[in-house]
Amino acid sequence: MFDRAPMFDDMAADGRPVTQSWELLEVEALGVDVSGMTLLDIPALQISSGGPTVIMGPNGAGKSLLLRLLHGLAVPTRGCIRMHEQPLSPRLCRRQAMLFQSPVILRRSVRSNIEYALAAHGVSRRARAGEATKLLDMAGLGGRARQSGRSLSGGEQQKLALLRALATRPEILLLDEPTSNLDPASILAIENLLLNAARAGTKLILVTHDLGQAKRLGDEVIFLHKGRVTEQTPIEIFAKSPNSAEGAAYLSGLLLV
Amino acid sequence: MIDIAESFRTAVHLISSGDSEFWAIVFLSLQVSLSAVAIACLIGMPVGASLAVSRFRGRRAVIVAVNALMGLPPVVVGLAVYLMLSNSGPFGVLQLLYTPSAMIIAQLILVTPIIAALTRQTVETLNEEYADQLRSLGVSRLRSVPTLLWDGRFALATTVLAGFGRAIAEVGAVMIVGGNINHVTRVMTTTIALETSKGNLALALALGIVLILLAFVVNGAVAMLDTTSRQVAHV
Repeated sequence: MFDRAPMFDDMAADGRPVTQSWELLEVEALGVDVSGMTLLDIPALQISSGGPTVIMGPNGAGKSLLLRLLHGLAVPTRGCIRMHEQPLSPRLCRRQAMLFQSPVILRRSVRSNIEYALAAHGVSRRARAGEATKLLDMAGLGGRARQSGRSLSGGEQQKLALLRALATRPEILLLDEPTSNLDPASILAIENLLLNAARAGTKLILVTHDLGQAKRLGDEVIFLHKGRVTEQTPIEIFAKSPNSAEGAAYLSGLLLV
Repeated sequence: MIDIAESFRTAVHLISSGDSEFWAIVFLSLQVSLSAVAIACLIGMPVGASLAVSRFRGRRAVIVAVNALMGLPPVVVGLAVYLMLSNSGPFGVLQLLYTPSAMIIAQLILVTPIIAALTRQTVETLNEEYADQLRSLGVSRLRSVPTLLWDGRFALATTVLAGFGRAIAEVGAVMIVGGNINHVTRVMTTTIALETSKGNLALALALGIVLILLAFVVNGAVAMLDTTSRQVAHV
């Protein structure tokens, strides 16, 4: 059985309960080269256990690649990633979850999608049903539990994928533009679930192009450009006056190439 | 022309009259082919799915080999099984030659590569969609096999039916290892071949009609499965 992070009923009513933070993820001399091209080159980066971290940058900057590396879905050409000061391993990756831009819904019912994740994390058959019901009711999908997951709308599918990720009670939740194709109502629903998860102690690492979303959800911004981190700044500072020329150009709407 | 019309009338009568000898041939055919397909699924599906998700040196060559085995000539398979099961062969002691079991073995060898190759294709396509998500959930490649087989069940049903189509229509291999013995190993295809050569067109036609009807039933089942899977949105 893996270490499970607190669930929603453990959370504070408002504000993040995190009173102290520590280095959760550390990146050292990380690089990815493909066909002689350097896609990512990060000499050093620390992500703390505190509030949500937002990764921003233009297309092709390496945001999604960094997220995949942090989750163990991609292998770096060089360098290393540590979680809790230990090299990233499949065992540590099981304490993370990832939400993809396009949700991958298993060809089974809404309830079974969540129960599958619980089973994969060693939750007993008896406990699975209760946890799935609790999560679905919380997200307003309780009435659709027996429906096929793939018959849900795009927003509902992303909500289901998020619930499935949260069902494993991850310590870190990595999100790759999770609301990029959704309408405002769906975005609001997803963001509320994310804020609840963050309050419950789950570390969010979110890739987004939406500064408004970054301000609503994030505590700090990591700005990437051409595979390099140009700044790691608190969101309030980044939104007003980015430290890097690339960040400033991005916010001012200049086309970064 | 009159002979053909008469034969056709007699064939229809044979089918509708419930002739026990006629239906015994049909049932033996179904028994042999369904048994072969069931065993082929038990072997071919896990093999095909494992091939789809695994990565090892020489994988491409194995896939090419499995695909090539789909086109195995039935008479060659029949000959090989005959040599294995004959008294002088390594499995002669089992005394399986000229029994339905020998026919099941021959059809099994013909159908398993079809099931394995088509399963590999189906599961590989599904795995392209699922791989990252399953790995994110901590599911290993090996443990993803049952998931992929279950989630690909509607597409895989078509694979099973394709295997059944190959088995039920096969004649060369079962003729060699079964011997076409009346009341023992006589199936639809071997009976059609024999009765046509004897000039007994009515029986051959009747069995031919049943075979064609079976082909329609199989294709109808594929179409219904496709519709059902779309209706429940599991595609």
